[in-house]
Amino acid sequence: MTTKYTEGEPIRDTKAPEGPIEDRWEKRKFGAKLVNPANKRKLNVIVIGTGLAGGSAAATLGELGYNVKSFCYQDSPRRAHSIAAQGGINAAKNYRGDGDSTYRLFYDTVKGGDFRARESNVYRLAQVSVNIIDQAVAQGVPFAREYGGLLDTRSFGGAQVSRTFYARGQTGQQLLLGAYQALERQIAAGTVEMHTRHEMLDLIVSDGRARGVIVRDMVTGEIERHIADAVVLASGGYGNVFFLSTNAKGCNTTAIWRAHRRGAMFANPCYTQIHPTCIPVSGDYQSKLTLMSESLRNDGRVWVPVKAGDDRPVSQIPEDERDYYLERIYPAFGNLVPRDIASRAAKNVCDEGRGVGPGGLGVYLDFADAIRRLGRDAVEKKYGNLFEMYERITGEDPYTQPMRIYPAVHYTMGGLWVDYDLQSTIPGLFVIGEANFSDHGANRLGASALMQGLADGYFVLPTTIGDYLADGPYGEVDEEAVAEAEIAVREKINKLLSNNGDRTADSYHRELGKLMWDYCGMERTEESLRKALERIPELREEFWKNVKVSGEADELNQALERAGRVGDFFDLAELMCIDALHRTESCGGHFRAESQDADGEALRDDENFAYVAAWEYGEQGPVLHKEDLDYEYVKMSQRSYK
Amino acid sequence: MGMNLTLKVWRQKGPEDTGRMVTYRVEDVSPDMSFLEMLDVLNERLILEGDDPVAFDHDCREGICGMCGMVINGVAHGEQVATTTCQLHMRHFEDNAVITIEPWRAAPFPVVKDLVVDRSAFDRIIQAGGFVSVPAGSAPDAHSVPVKKVDADAAFDAATCIGCGACVAACPNGSASLFTAAKITHLSLLPQGQPERDSRAKAMVEQMDAEGFGGCTNTGECTAVCPKGIPLDTIAQMNRDYLKASK
Ligand SMILES: Cc1cc2nc3c(=O)[nH]c(=O)nc-3n(C[C@H](O)[C@H](O)[C@H](O)COP(=O)(O)OP(=O)(O)OC[C@H]3O[C@@H](n4cnc5c(N)ncnc54)[C@H](O)[C@@H]3O)c2cc1C
Ligand code: SF4
Ligand code: FES
Repeated sequence: MTTKYTEGEPIRDTKAPEGPIEDRWEKRKFGAKLVNPANKRKLNVIVIGTGLAGGSAAATLGELGYNVKSFCYQDSPRRAHSIAAQGGINAAKNYRGDGDSTYRLFYDTVKGGDFRARESNVYRLAQVSVNIIDQAVAQGVPFAREYGGLLDTRSFGGAQVSRTFYARGQTGQQLLLGAYQALERQIAAGTVEMHTRHEMLDLIVSDGRARGVIVRDMVTGEIERHIADAVVLASGGYGNVFFLSTNAKGCNTTAIWRAHRRGAMFANPCYTQIHPTCIPVSGDYQSKLTLMSESLRNDGRVWVPVKAGDDRPVSQIPEDERDYYLERIYPAFGNLVPRDIASRAAKNVCDEGRGVGPGGLGVYLDFADAIRRLGRDAVEKKYGNLFEMYERITGEDPYTQPMRIYPAVHYTMGGLWVDYDLQSTIPGLFVIGEANFSDHGANRLGASALMQGLADGYFVLPTTIGDYLADGPYGEVDEEAVAEAEIAVREKINKLLSNNGDRTADSYHRELGKLMWDYCGMERTEESLRKALERIPELREEFWKNVKVSGEADELNQALERAGRVGDFFDLAELMCIDALHRTESCGGHFRAESQDADGEALRDDENFAYVAAWEYGEQGPVLHKEDLDYEYVKMSQRSYK
Repeated sequence: MGMNLTLKVWRQKGPEDTGRMVTYRVEDVSPDMSFLEMLDVLNERLILEGDDPVAFDHDCREGICGMCGMVINGVAHGEQVATTTCQLHMRHFEDNAVITIEPWRAAPFPVVKDLVVDRSAFDRIIQAGGFVSVPAGSAPDAHSVPVKKVDADAAFDAATCIGCGACVAACPNGSASLFTAAKITHLSLLPQGQPERDSRAKAMVEQMDAEGFGGCTNTGECTAVCPKGIPLDTIAQMNRDYLKASK
């Protein structure tokens, strides 16, 4: 069993400049070497991913004059998973004059992350946030506006100011289309070469530097090598390790996991965010879970029957036999407690046998009071599209019966470790967006992922990568390193295709996902994690021996694509459990049952765990490197929402 | 208790293959399944039998990425209005139904395999001018130009196009007018879109023609299947912008 790990040298230098926090980014920008325009054309950059992070980065690098190659696995860069983000994007514009500021956004993000994020990075994110809104508006992103013609904002969980900009329920779509259009403009200008339906399967490291990637053309099956002076990974999050999540079906860990295997450290893999309001699972054929916007909790009341096993229809459960448990336990915040708290509370009542719907894995989100108070029309105006989406999926009418909701995996705060420049532990490998670990600590606030992706892609990376590229071009690559990576990729594909097993990749993925959900999900214990760590290697071995993949290598083969991704999820799952086991405290989305206060709330252990856990890959098991977190500005405190 | 269905599915190995309809039985389908989950069940079986699973595009499975799309019983995305294929659920089908499933059919969307088609022509139409030229970091403060709420809302409505291509598949002429018009309208309604308004309309319409999409004869089949309800009058807007630009 690989619960064992060793501890290596701590990480001391994060490359963040010294001095007052508000000057650090300015200082870094000024200190970064510049590349002269004529040289830019000789410098090649590969960007994996076309979501908010990768799309904005590729477009901006192209605009700056670099030679960019961009890759995505979909048929068009416009389809990256960022497209699905609903709620909004934060920015410290303080257009409302309600007391918002860069400092407040910084403060809220550090606190919301339960004091596990790096202060310098978060401050920069808050600074840059205002430029994102300007950029998007100039691109023609149709944000919601008020009658006066100015931008509208709303408030989101974990903040007391109204700083979330939105475009109805499709903020991610509109922002992504803005980045996509900027990208297409560069493609037309010839600065970016686009490769759709291409999947990155390995990273090429030559003389200690990231120098390229091995990709598979998903239409012809051809294995290609692409060489560059720097590689940027913007491949998104790994929530699909749980099989069921709100992520798109193709979201995977392959790009970052392969880079990890080649030497990039993986930070805080166990930090995952579980969203409280998703449509529950309806059967074992379920292929994904659908998020219902958090905004519903503004007017919906969450409840379950008081009695366990009460399966009466809603109309026959009298008021005094309903338990509005969030309002009862958290009188101050009620139905609006942060995501992690709402999720765990739902799990607890279901564990008590009080859940509703198929399998008892659901709680009611009831709009009867809101409809009585505001009228059906007003509710429809506010939430009409969400109600319709719910009805479409469940066949139930939320105007006449309460919605059933249940928590689901939504976002991964962990990712490849990066320094202040967003550079990983492999020189020349930069990681941006959800794929890195940088800004959200142990819990991400709503509307902050879009902000981070675009901050990284439009503003931070294009500056910091210049400092690295200024010393390029990096010359010839070691042919042996390239050949070795290519052979490894081919061997893996052949292995998968030559198996004559009797289970599909999906069936293994489902089993792995269930195991992760049960043992490394909303609540983790030493016992559950040890069980997972016993079972994962067994299941992985069986997978590699017994998975059945039909079809050929040299054609469009979706069974093969899936199997390859599942293979990497197994390895990642193991590291997640090791990380979760070693962190015996609770923090943010990581809840260790052994570490709770008298009221059952998450209890941090700042004495022992105020660090980033960066894991290095090792043949003999992972090696832990700690990056200590100093809080010079925001005083550490225990969160309370009672 | 589930439903039993007969599927007639278009199978085509690759662009060169002529392709054919193949019949499959799928049993015990739950009415709560989505259409794609029903196909997943079929594919799991095909893989175990050593057959090639039916290739189809999909990703978000919640109606926003625009990746999925099939012609179901002759209708792009199926008969339910304002719905993508991935949002369609089996409760809308009868037990023992026979369902035909085909790819988008249009010359500029060649079949890649089975139900997967190549829609890169759409990207090239955007490349021709579906953007506002604004380098990162050069933008003025977002509040420097107020936009009337009605304009912002109308621009948003046009901007919700997901680029799925159902409009093309449904059009008897294989026209991409609705898709192109949605983008032109979105940007034409906003002050930020004005400086490039003429060149955009001209270049995008010309690219659309160059890709081999047919002309619009106002049949309205496109809006009828459009999952986002992009209205037909966007096409009138496009034509006006194009005419003005060509003067
Ligand atoms: C349903 C939902 C709603 C959300 N709502 C919000 C919200 O309201 N506000 C908010 O701030 N955040 C929200 N989030 C989170 C946010 O959307 C994501 O964190 C963010 O969009 C991630 O962007 P990204 O650019 O890092 O990656 P993604 O958008 O996931 O893009 C990943 C890219 O990488 C490519 N890729 C991946 N693997 C490979 C590979 N191996 N080879 C080649 N290419 C690859 C993909 O093709 C894709 O282009 C939401 C998330 C979900 C699931
Ligand atoms: S206009 Fe409608 S049907 Fe056509 S691509 Fe856009 S969303 Fe799809
Ligand atoms: S799979 Fe994304 S719209 Fe259907």
